[in-house]
Amino acid sequence: MQCSVPLEPGRNSALLEIRDVTRSFYGVSALNGVSLTVPGTGITGLIGPNGAGKTTLFNCISGVIPPDGGRIVFAGRDIAGLRPDQVSNAGLVRTFQIARGLPRLSVMDNLMLYGADQPGERVLPALLRTRASLEREEALRARAIAIAGRLNLMRVIGNPASALSGGQKKLLEIGRALMAEPKMILLDEPVAGVNPTLAREIGEHLQALAREGLPILLIEHHMDMVARLCDRVVVMAEGRHLAEGRFEDIANDPRVQEAYMGRRWRNTG
Amino acid sequence: MEHYLVAMGVTAGIYAIMALGMNVIWGMAGLINLGLVGFFAVGAYASGLLTLKLGWPIVAGVAAGAVAASLVGVAVALITVRLRGDYLAIVTLGFAETMRIVMSNELWIANGTDGLSGIPGPFRQALGPHGFNLLFLGIVVAATALLFFLFQRLDNSPFGRVLRGIREDEQVVQVAGKNVVMFKVKAFAVGTAALGMAGALYGHFTSYIAPDLFAPLLTLYIKLSLLAGGLGNNIGAVVGAVLVVFFLESTRFIVPFIPEISAVQGAALREILIAVALLLILRTRARGLIPERLAQVRIPPSVPASLSLKP
Repeated sequence: MQCSVPLEPGRNSALLEIRDVTRSFYGVSALNGVSLTVPGTGITGLIGPNGAGKTTLFNCISGVIPPDGGRIVFAGRDIAGLRPDQVSNAGLVRTFQIARGLPRLSVMDNLMLYGADQPGERVLPALLRTRASLEREEALRARAIAIAGRLNLMRVIGNPASALSGGQKKLLEIGRALMAEPKMILLDEPVAGVNPTLAREIGEHLQALAREGLPILLIEHHMDMVARLCDRVVVMAEGRHLAEGRFEDIANDPRVQEAYMGRRWRNTG
Repeated sequence: MEHYLVAMGVTAGIYAIMALGMNVIWGMAGLINLGLVGFFAVGAYASGLLTLKLGWPIVAGVAAGAVAASLVGVAVALITVRLRGDYLAIVTLGFAETMRIVMSNELWIANGTDGLSGIPGPFRQALGPHGFNLLFLGIVVAATALLFFLFQRLDNSPFGRVLRGIREDEQVVQVAGKNVVMFKVKAFAVGTAALGMAGALYGHFTSYIAPDLFAPLLTLYIKLSLLAGGLGNNIGAVVGAVLVVFFLESTRFIVPFIPEISAVQGAALREILIAVALLLILRTRARGLIPERLAQVRIPPSVPASLSLKP
């Protein structure tokens, strides 16, 4: 089992580069040529008011919705327009905003499903129970247990995903992404709807993962979380890149305040 | 009466094989295939024509029936790959009806509505009717047992895990890095092979097949078997099929004891009884008599303490 995170020589070089990505739905454009880069280290926050196009951008990156145009380069390879499974197999794995555990599968099966290169997923090796498939299954099981242990999911490992609490579902989302041995993970609101204690705990897990060399791009609306977690923040508004930098600078940027709060009405008369 | 029970056992076995095949497609992968009877017909006609017209041995004919149904299954899966739920159900239902109508009208293939008669059965002449039925019961039970064993392995394998994942949430399985289209096609290929095999066995048992045997009602009986037995597990599929055949046949005997009804009313009453039985099962045991169980989670004794992301 390998879970290598290649750290390229220039540590600040972009691992994920998004250039001029566009996407519209029935004539309404959600992404108006957004360009941004995500470095291969640390936690990058993607923020912006509702309707800014953050989730659409995630969907385009992960292949769930193909972009209309533009380039998405991950680890030196253009992944724009690939299918979701191809994007995940390239090492870029996302989670969903509303936790989507497979309800009638156990937490263990939810985790193991995300394991790559399992020959037992082909019909003939599955029927013959080939050694390669059984050995891979043991390796995946060991990794799933390690991840569940780390994310405090061991107590519920045999439960169906439908029986988890909201917070545990969020942890399972992160755990599944880790199972795929990703080079980078995309988290869509990892603490939305979670109580403050658990939100803090999830934040600590994410910081630990980033410290160990796993770059993270996350969408989040809780500004205190963004301030605490993110090394760098990118602001989107109206389907475009608006600003980026450290959270403190971003928070004081009048353009960002305007995007969130709206323009102050000035009486010109 | 004994002859009758043996023939009923063969029917139950053939239903069980169909239910096992249907369970892969519907129970595991969650794809609603209402074209079951079409694949059953492909298997029956392929094996019947090859053994009758080309003199193939029966074993080869049955294998060819399974392969032919599987190939048609792959084609139907590829055509319907973007459809889900009701739409998939309608298209597959249309496929089965198309098969039936084509076979009724294209006389050159298999005599149209007259059907194929004289399909050979193993040692039919040598054994006499009763001996033949007994031998066939043995064959069908062995075939059911073999398929049960194989499908049980599939269900508990990583392949089965991906199919059950697709049933729950296709997009999550895509993000998990699996080519969902490929898995759907494979589920169809495996499931329809069993349906074709059941059809081929049916033809060799009764020695006669005709298009009107392949009406949609049979598809519904198999769906009913799965619902009653417990969708998503192989034991439930077999138990449900046996129960449905038993119930279909036993209601035959109840009807003559009810006074003041005609034969036509009696036939209608049987359908009502079957419907009531299904409602009762679904009302009291919504997930079937033997509900699908969560896969047992095995935890090896030596549990790694923590996960490092470093190699």
